[in-house]
Formats: sequence, C-alpha cells, structure tokens
Amino acid sequence: MSSALLKTRRSQLTKGRLPGYAIWVVLGTAVVLAAAVSALIGFDVLVWALIAAVFFVAGATLVTAAAEGRRKAADSLMTYLVYGAFVIALLPLLSVIWTVLERGLPGLSYDFFFTSMNGVTGATDNASAENGTPVLGGAYHAIVGTLQITLWATLVSVPIGLLAAVYLVEYGRGGALDRAITFFVDVMTGIPSIVAGLFAAALFALLFGPGTRTGFVASVALSVLMIPVVVRSTEEMLKIVPNELREASYALGVRKWRTIVKVVVPTAISGIASGVTLAIARVVGETAPILVTAGFASSINLNVFGGWMSTLPTFIYYQILTPTSPTNIDASTQRAWAAALILIIMVMLLNVVARLVARIFAPRTSR
Amino acid sequence: MTSVRGAQRPTSDPKGTPVATTTLTRRDAAGKSGDRVFSGAALGAGILILVVLFGVAVFLIIQALPVLGADPADITGGEGFGAYIFPIVVGTVIAAAIALLLATPLGIGVALFISHYAPRRLAMTFGYLVDLLAAIPSVVYGAWGYAVLAPRLAVVYGWLAENLGWIPLFAGPASQTGKTILTAGIVLAVMVLPIITSLSREIFLQTPTLHEEAALAMGATRLEMIRMAVLPFARAGIVSAAMLGLGRALGETMAVALVLSGGALTASLIQSGNQTIAAEIALNFPEAYGLRLSELIAAGLVLFVITLAVNIIARWIISRHREFSGAN
Repeated sequence: MSSALLKTRRSQLTKGRLPGYAIWVVLGTAVVLAAAVSALIGFDVLVWALIAAVFFVAGATLVTAAAEGRRKAADSLMTYLVYGAFVIALLPLLSVIWTVLERGLPGLSYDFFFTSMNGVTGATDNASAENGTPVLGGAYHAIVGTLQITLWATLVSVPIGLLAAVYLVEYGRGGALDRAITFFVDVMTGIPSIVAGLFAAALFALLFGPGTRTGFVASVALSVLMIPVVVRSTEEMLKIVPNELREASYALGVRKWRTIVKVVVPTAISGIASGVTLAIARVVGETAPILVTAGFASSINLNVFGGWMSTLPTFIYYQILTPTSPTNIDASTQRAWAAALILIIMVMLLNVVARLVARIFAPRTSR
Repeated sequence: MTSVRGAQRPTSDPKGTPVATTTLTRRDAAGKSGDRVFSGAALGAGILILVVLFGVAVFLIIQALPVLGADPADITGGEGFGAYIFPIVVGTVIAAAIALLLATPLGIGVALFISHYAPRRLAMTFGYLVDLLAAIPSVVYGAWGYAVLAPRLAVVYGWLAENLGWIPLFAGPASQTGKTILTAGIVLAVMVLPIITSLSREIFLQTPTLHEEAALAMGATRLEMIRMAVLPFARAGIVSAAMLGLGRALGETMAVALVLSGGALTASLIQSGNQTIAAEIALNFPEAYGLRLSELIAAGLVLFVITLAVNIIARWIISRHREFSGAN
C-alpha cells in the first residue's frame, strides 16, 4: 500500500523529466553516427570528435526540448556550450606543451646548454645531416644573454616600482598626481612590447648615437614593461597590511620611513617577492623589444654595456626565420624547439617559485 | 614627536648635562632627514614613471620627425607615409578583430565555466590551467602557429576556397602553407583568451549572491539566472576585458611575424598578404637605417597611439563601473 503510494508520488515528482540514462544514450548514438559520417569523408580523430560533439549537443538539446520544454533545453544547451568552451580553450595549451616537449626533448643535451653558435655555419649543419652526427651548436650564449638582460631589467625596475608603490600607498593622499600615476601605471601595462623596445632604442640613439644596440638597452626596454607590473602587485600587497601595525609603530615614536622599511614592507614581503617573480616571468619571454634593442649575436657576450647580445626568444626567432643552413633546416628547427623548451621551463619555474614564495614567506597569522 | 621631546627636555637635564637631550635630538635629526630622503625617493619614483611614459611619446616623435619632411617618393612604396601606413594599420585591425571575435565569446564561456559551472573543488585548478596560457612566451606561440597550426589550417583553407570561395573573405586561391592573416588572428585569439577569461571571471565571481539566489528561488534555470543576474552585473567588466584583450592583440608582434607571410592588403583572409604594424617593425628594424628607421619608428608611434587610446577607454570603463557598481 505505502510502497504503491511512494511509487506514484515519485513518478509525479519526476514527471516530464528525462531519465538519467537518456543523456548517455544520446552520447552513444552521436559517437556512433559521427564515426559513420567521418568514415565517409575520410577518417580523422579530430574530425570524428568534432562531428560527435556537434551531434551530441544538437541531439541532447532536441531530446530535452521534446521531453522537458524549451527553457530546460536552452539551459542544457548553454551548459554544453560552456563546457565545450573550456575544452576548446585547453586544446591549444595541450597542443603547445606537447609540441614543445616532443620536438624540444631530442635537442636537449649537455652540449646544447654549454656551447654557443660561434663557428656553427650552414656547412656544419649540412655535414651533420649528411653524416648523421649530432647537431652541433647550442644556446649557451642565448641563456647567458637572457639571464643578464633580465637581471639588469630587474635591478632597474624593482627599486623604481617598489618606491612608486610605497609612494602611492604610504604617502599618496589621492591628489591629482597620485591619480595620474595610478592611471598611467594601468595604461603602461598595455604598452605593446615592441613600442617599449622602440622607446629604448630611440632613447639610446639620441644619447649615444644611432644604432646603439647593447644588452643594457634591452634591459631598459624590459624595465618599461616590468615597472607597471611591479607597482601594481606591490601596491596591492601594501594595501592589505593592517593599519594597526603602522599605528603601533608610530605610537612607539618610530619615524615614518623606519616604519615603512621595518614594519610595512617586511609584512608584505612575500607578496611583493612573488609579484616581482611573476614580473620577471613576464619579461623573460619577450622577443620583440630584444629584437630592436640588443641585435643578434651568435657568440658569447658577457658585457651588457657593449656589443650585441642574444636571448633565448631571439635565438628561437632567428633559428626559425633564418635557418643556419637553408638546405638542411632540421638542425635549426631542432635547436629552436630545444630553446623553446628551456624557455618554457624557465617561465614555469618562475611561476612555481612565485607561488611557493608567496606561501612560504607569508606572514604567520597565528602564534 | 615634538610633544615627546618637549616633555622630556626639562626632566632630563636638571643639572644642565645635555646627554639625553643630545642623543634624542641627534637621533631625531637623522630620522628627520631619513624621512625626507625616503619620501623624496618614493615621490621621485612615482614621477619617474610619468616621465617615462611621457618620454616614450617624446622620443618616438623626435625619431619619427624626419618622415614628415621627407620626399614622398623616398618613403617605402613611393607614395608618402600615409599610403605606407594605411595598409598595415588596416592589417593590424583585421588581425585584432579576428582575435577578438574568436576570443571574446570563448573567454566569456570559459569564465562562466570556472565561476558558475565547474565543480567548486576543481574550479581553482581549472583557473590555473587557463592562466598557464598567459605564461607561455609569445615566440613559442609564434613557433607553434608556424609549425603546427598553419599546416593543419591550410587543409581547411583549401576546403573553404573551394566551397565558400564566392565570399570575398574566403576568395581563393588559398595559401598552401596556411600562413595567412586568419591563422595569425587565431594564434592571437589564443594569446588574448587568458586575459579576457581572468578579468571576466573576477567580475562574474563578484555578482551579488543574493541576486543569484533570488533568481534561482523564483524557479529560473541556471541559464536564466546567468542572463538575469550575472551578465547585467558584469556587462561593463566584459566590455573592458575585451578592450584590454584588443590592446594586447593590436600590439602583439611575434605571433604575427612568425605566422603571417605578409604582403599587400587583401580582403581574403585565406591568402597570404596583409601585414600588421608590430610585425612590420620586427621584421624590418634589424636591417633598417636612416629614413627607413624613422619610418618604422613613426609606425611604432601610430601603434602606440592606437593602443593607448584603446587602453584608456578600457580603464575608463572599469573605473566608471567601480564607482557605480552595485556590489558594495
């Protein structure tokens, strides 16, 4: 008696709703149908997946519309589209990482890290292709250049960015100047990297004569890109330092600058450090500004203030665009992808370090 | 500070021994100059940023000036600077427009997925994954577009030219290598996607929960809730996110320089041709000298002005939104 009642009630509650298995039936049908269609036009896994997805979304929406009405159908269509958008967004990420791993790993060797392109010519590549010997030449000069240019860019931009953020948070009173700085820092984050490069090139051309290209010019260009990022993240971090800490320090008679240096900045240092690391990660992969400021070198140059310099991004760019040996481009392609792998690992490491720094050096809230 | 000093002075030296006073005042003097130096340095750094931005404009103008006085016949193309810059401005706009058309709907979808659809526990991880897209250097995207994407798309372009060739956008003959403005636009879309996603996601998450719950309590489906509560709240934010993405797409260099085999302005998206300002500069700057150098810097100035305008409008929308937002 009671079980019969339960049964009718349940069926009334779920009346007009699709049973749970319906969606799986639609999915199965879509996959099978898509396999048939893609077999007709030439089988390819991607085409198959694409057709199956279209069939499934259309089928599921139609079935829902028939059983549950238009509103529910629109809702489920949106759900599929949103999930689909995420899958589509992940495809390039997976494809890029896979490509770089697949093509970059064969080129990674001890020699690649510790030799430069000095003396490596088209003839060298042709010989190694003919004899089947390993590809000669490496990215040592580019790695050194990347580290030096990035180091100098950091040295220039971190003090300026830090002080500007301190000014905005600790000294600023919301006047016209403060608002102008805040606004233009925001605008500066949107400067195209090549324009930053042109700026540095134009500046040094005026100061030291046209055609001045050194590692330091590139550092200045990168600083233009880095400063707004440092200011933004430092500002955010300084803002969340509780005012009670500042007031406690003032109450002990401590000067404002000592309060900032000894209390405010140390409290926020983990966030500031991770912000700086992220800023470095952003500029380390920049190509365009280096291209117009540091020129291109194939041998090791340790002097940032004189002579042309290579970085990993420009190394990749030139290896792809102008292969060392036009007849055997495989050697250059292999070097380019190996360099891309190193570059990506550097950037990812910097990102991980930034997160770790933020977590490890975070101020302890409990005793 | 002064009151402390004033209170201590009489008590500290009843016999006229000024030991305590001098140490106090000496320290104080050092502290005072420290204060002055430090605040001066902070202010200086702030002003320096304004000077740098101003300097970007000034130095570019100085270096670009020779172009204005030059004989039109000496400019690349032989018809003056206007005729030289116009096609590459249009090319820049086309590439950025393609990127934005693809990335905006996709970015909003991904942002909605992370903010409202994905299982709560995984949403953070998914957010990191999409942010990883932003971490990949642009030259790697360029290499990927050049070596992986373009050859695949060449097949699609061949099909498009065959079947939809009557539309001017898809007029054949399609590029055999796939290195066209459409490929460049797609690569740009991938690079812009994380910007649009992360900004819209932040704004979607700020939607007042009460509005969402009210909509759901009235029997709205999730789609209706999003259309009634989330999207109206986030509209300004989405627009500015798209604008910031546009700014990035306009100025992106390497993806275009590597992916596009440039040329004259054409309406067809699947032939080689068209060029963007940033790629034009990157490809020609290393060998340029004299007037050609000024030309390229002038082109950079044009790019700077365009992106500056786009960014200022985007920031202005954001700040307006902040003032009038119903969230607080």
